Amino acid sequence: MIFANQHLETLTVNPVKETNRTVLLKKVMNNHTIRIENLDVYIEDQHILKDINLAVPEKSITCIIGPSGCGKTTFLKTLNRMHDETPEVKIKGRVYVDDLNIYDKGVNVIDTRKKMGLLAQRPCPLPMSIFDNVAYGPRIHGIKKRKAINQTVIQYLQYVGLWDEVRGRVRSSPSRLSIGQQQRLCLARGLAIEPEYILGDEATSSLDPLSTKKIEELFIKLKEKYTVILVTHTLRQARRIADYIVFMYLGKIVETGPTEEFFNNPKKQLTREYLSGSFS
Amino acid sequence: MIGAAVIIMGVLIYIIGTVFYKGIPSLTWEMITKIPGGGFYLGKEGGVLNAIAGSVFIITGALVISLLISVPLVMYINFYLPNKSIFSSIIRFSLDILFGVPSIVYGAFGFALMVYMGIKASLMGGIITVAMLIMPIMMRSLDEVTRLLPRDLPDALLSLGSTKYEMTKVLLRQLMPGLMTAILLAVGRGIGDAATVLFTAGYTDNIPSSLGQPAATLPLSIFFQLGSPVEEVQNRAYASAIILTVIILILSFSARYFSSKFSKNKI
Repeated sequence: MIFANQHLETLTVNPVKETNRTVLLKKVMNNHTIRIENLDVYIEDQHILKDINLAVPEKSITCIIGPSGCGKTTFLKTLNRMHDETPEVKIKGRVYVDDLNIYDKGVNVIDTRKKMGLLAQRPCPLPMSIFDNVAYGPRIHGIKKRKAINQTVIQYLQYVGLWDEVRGRVRSSPSRLSIGQQQRLCLARGLAIEPEYILGDEATSSLDPLSTKKIEELFIKLKEKYTVILVTHTLRQARRIADYIVFMYLGKIVETGPTEEFFNNPKKQLTREYLSGSFS
Repeated sequence: MIGAAVIIMGVLIYIIGTVFYKGIPSLTWEMITKIPGGGFYLGKEGGVLNAIAGSVFIITGALVISLLISVPLVMYINFYLPNKSIFSSIIRFSLDILFGVPSIVYGAFGFALMVYMGIKASLMGGIITVAMLIMPIMMRSLDEVTRLLPRDLPDALLSLGSTKYEMTKVLLRQLMPGLMTAILLAVGRGIGDAATVLFTAGYTDNIPSSLGQPAATLPLSIFFQLGSPVEEVQNRAYASAIILTVIILILSFSARYFSSKFSKNKI
């Protein structure tokens, strides 16, 4: 717990300086991951997630698959405490992020969300210029210097491959960008707050195949630096990019495993039925 | 349906036509640059600058007061309180009732309040009463557009680690056109209302120089001039009506201009 508190402390300081200390701490702790224990989620009287136990391997892509309504999105929202906004949702259990239970009393929600970069189903740029969209995160988290912000914005726009496409018009509205470009902008915006985890909620479901491919390539690039957790509806996508698969059905985890093993040699009958397409 | 459209257009053209037909001949430069001289209400020289100034002062003051109260309240019930909060439904219900209260009731209430507090009919009294009149209108229409805001945007902002306050600031940009519409509706209602200012702002032939002095207003000016037996004065009432219409038009166009300027990065 001492380590956890120290770690929380590092997050509140300037993110630029923070990286070195975080790296140091990572070495000390060597437990830089998400671990979920006995998680139950209720929305009003419905039991949405039932006794979830899961450890997410770091620096890899974990795909959560399962039919509609199995609780994938609800699960993702518990990771960055977005359920705090809806009082009908009751959460029991523990979610450890870097060895800190984010549902403990006194844990700062802002710090928790800052660790998670969320990529939503549909791109939702903020009502400001392309530049300000990416600069928004660093600005609200306390970076004031114009030079540092410029650098961050350019760095992450380049990272998502958008810089060359929007170079001359970063001061204009993002509404003229294509939907695929907007999604990459949202990714850059999320990365600019320097998260440690990337959450994707069916992030490619509204995109055309070409844009989907670009986003998928980005996810593969992202796992070198971040731990990526994706909810996806398409089995083929999970097979293409995932390292680990989590299969959920009716609020329970049915089977987990490395991608190859999961697809080639599923252990449970339900998994085999789902993979063969008898229900979806 | 075509008939209904024709009737609406017909009525509109008839009203505007009458006002302009009777008012244009009397609409002189003197009308808008001079306060009423001696014998103005008998057809002698003078203008309605007192009423123009009074109306503009009152509506500006009322607008500032009601903006300062409406915007925080609407943001609070929409973004700070949970979706199904009882408190926010009580507020919405009260606003609906206040929306339907006739303006003369606000006038009478404002007057009673002023008597109680010992204030005379004054610019201040007019501003407060008109603010009470336009506040529910402004809140209700701002609330409507705020509720239509897609849920994605607040979620996106929160997941970036914004606080509620930072989130609200960004959302207000998105709501700027809606806010402009709300202001327009409120101003249109407030500037043309005679009953609220009848007791509370009083009437004077001078331009008020402090909040404690009585203020004339265009609707009352029209009312008094129309009540005159002198035909020339009656025609001036129509000229005053043109001035009132033009003020509302100017406000409307400028609001639209600013709203498009503010929302150039709107999604």
